[in-house]
Amino acid sequence: MTPTGLLEGMLAESAGDGEWTRALTFLFVTITFMVYLYIGWRSRVRETQGFYVAGHGVPAVANGAATAADWMSAASFLSMAGLISFMGFDGAIYLIGWTGGYVLLALLLAPYLRKFGKYTVPDFVGERYASETARIVAAISAIFVSLTYVAGQMRGVGIVFSRFLEIEIWQGVVVGMLIVAFFAVLGGMKGITWTQVVQYGVLIVAFLIPTIAISSQLTGFSVPQVGMTAGDVAEKLDALQHDLGFPAYTRPFATKSLLDVACILFALMVGTAGLPHVIVRFYTTPSVRAARWSAGWALLFIALLYTTAPALAMFARYNLLRTLHGARIVKVESGEPHAGDGKAAALYHLAQETAEGTWEPIEWAVGWQRTGLIRFHDENGNGRIEMDRGEQGFREATIDRDIIVLSTPEVARLSPWVIALVAAGGLAAALSTAAGLLLVISSSIAHDLYIHFIDRDAPESRRLFVGRAMILVAIVVAGYFGIRPPGFVAQVVAFAFGLAAASFFPVILLGVFDRRTNRQGAIAGMIVGLAFTSVYILGTRADKIFGADEPWMTAWCFGISPEGIGAVGCLLNFVVTWTVSRVTPPPPESVMKLVDSIRVPRGSHEPLPHFDESDIVADG
Amino acid sequence: MNPNDPSPRPHRAYWRSNLRLIACLLSVWAAVAFGLSLLLAPWLNQWKIGNLPLGFWWAQQGSILVFVALVFLYAWRLDRLDRKFGVKE
Repeated sequence: MTPTGLLEGMLAESAGDGEWTRALTFLFVTITFMVYLYIGWRSRVRETQGFYVAGHGVPAVANGAATAADWMSAASFLSMAGLISFMGFDGAIYLIGWTGGYVLLALLLAPYLRKFGKYTVPDFVGERYASETARIVAAISAIFVSLTYVAGQMRGVGIVFSRFLEIEIWQGVVVGMLIVAFFAVLGGMKGITWTQVVQYGVLIVAFLIPTIAISSQLTGFSVPQVGMTAGDVAEKLDALQHDLGFPAYTRPFATKSLLDVACILFALMVGTAGLPHVIVRFYTTPSVRAARWSAGWALLFIALLYTTAPALAMFARYNLLRTLHGARIVKVESGEPHAGDGKAAALYHLAQETAEGTWEPIEWAVGWQRTGLIRFHDENGNGRIEMDRGEQGFREATIDRDIIVLSTPEVARLSPWVIALVAAGGLAAALSTAAGLLLVISSSIAHDLYIHFIDRDAPESRRLFVGRAMILVAIVVAGYFGIRPPGFVAQVVAFAFGLAAASFFPVILLGVFDRRTNRQGAIAGMIVGLAFTSVYILGTRADKIFGADEPWMTAWCFGISPEGIGAVGCLLNFVVTWTVSRVTPPPPESVMKLVDSIRVPRGSHEPLPHFDESDIVADG
Repeated sequence: MNPNDPSPRPHRAYWRSNLRLIACLLSVWAAVAFGLSLLLAPWLNQWKIGNLPLGFWWAQQGSILVFVALVFLYAWRLDRLDRKFGVKE
């Protein structure tokens, strides 16, 4: 029998394996979803304090785990290792940016916002600056930042469902929406918190197990962080990259300039600290002290994934190059038109040579080609796939970065239950973040805008009802974005960071650390920061965001890419806020007292007694 | 201000100690994030930790570990500061 004939026989047989994986995935996903529903039911709430801040009753460690799940999104779980895998050293900007931001959050914002204690970020901005305009600007940017972010989560849910359970993306998104709706509407922040704690467990296990398996396979060390450092994969990968014409994996600034990297790093850190859905998690702790400790726990839990991801990125790239480079093309079918872009791509059946000199089919490559996320093209027609550097990425393959994590268990030939676990983990990451974001959207509309401005005397029951109704509306909007995604996961998320960096961070920071900052300064700063950042991002990304033929503007600001422009927006906000505050009258006495009181932990259990709501003015 | 609060004087000393601590920890933060992992990374890459170039290790592993330590250190030091100045909850 020719090798080709043998291979075709094996391909037919392998269909049974796929069924088994799907059944296991279905089982895992169902079990985890049942657990989320059960928790949602157990933690249903009856009053607004429970709905918005879980009654200030979440212990530090639990809040740490919830924050980690809230924070680690579909992008962290699905896309980040893939990004690093393609960027090599430069991928560190995401690792440092998204963890370094927690240092800022823990030292500069979290304890003081907890002392302030009331429900939302716009609440703080509104009261600190004694201004309704500031509250409205903050509420609208909170909604905008969270909406951009939640779109990516829903897209993540769609990817996982369509790949692993082979159902349509929209069906997957609808299932996800129903689950989130159940526990978020019933339990508000309390339901979301306790589901997030469990979701953290699911996602971290799902991320660690395949990475540990690959680390043992490639390096002999089961701890990925050790395997990455002590194993020889880095050396082998650098050599392989060199042979294929790529820069060494460990070489800095292979893809971006130093200034650009520094700006992206700063924007990501400041953006992380300014994301409203992360900040509100610290309102839920019982005390200021617990808020400080819980920031530590959160970062520890996050670091567990963030130090594993670069190991996975390196191992996955090595495995992918080693498997695909020189793979033999067994058969080329004309594939069905792909749902995404309608292009009918050729379906390549590949085989790799084993150590014994026999040829084994590469099954996962077929499955992933069907999703359109990986494509081959035998440019030189020699019957082999060559992974040399081409004009864009690889010469004979197009690989979507999002699939690195999802395909890893298959590439490394791990057993089907690991694949099923990764699917459940990806869903946990996406759903936990989506829930946190939806709560921010709901509280901004219901609490900061509707109740505050329109229905101030609403009884408790109506406040709760409006909160619940708004979560439902937000879920429907997010679901729409999930079905018609505005861009790919990481890119959209970068946009949210830029806006958070340019609006919330400076205003909250100065609100605590500079008594002299006043209403005029804060409003001017937020508007300038937001306007500059969004115009720059929209302009330089017009081709991707609005489908224009080409971007409306080049990266004119020192060549800083849109991901990093939040750094400049943030600095602009600082300068404008500080300057305007000093040429206008100082804030009223009651605001000064509020600032003094949030600086010390004592008294966090009582409502702030000294602040008089009548001081808030409607800004003319 | 809350009538139960002591005079604002000790609060000012507490706040100043807090600011000093924050400044210290943030200098370490900046040195690690922008110094070791970014500016000095090409130069540090000439040495190795295990089989990994040192600059690369700082950028993708070491910096994250330092951040975790900084946040816990702050929580621990501030517990002591709260007690010392009698502003504990």
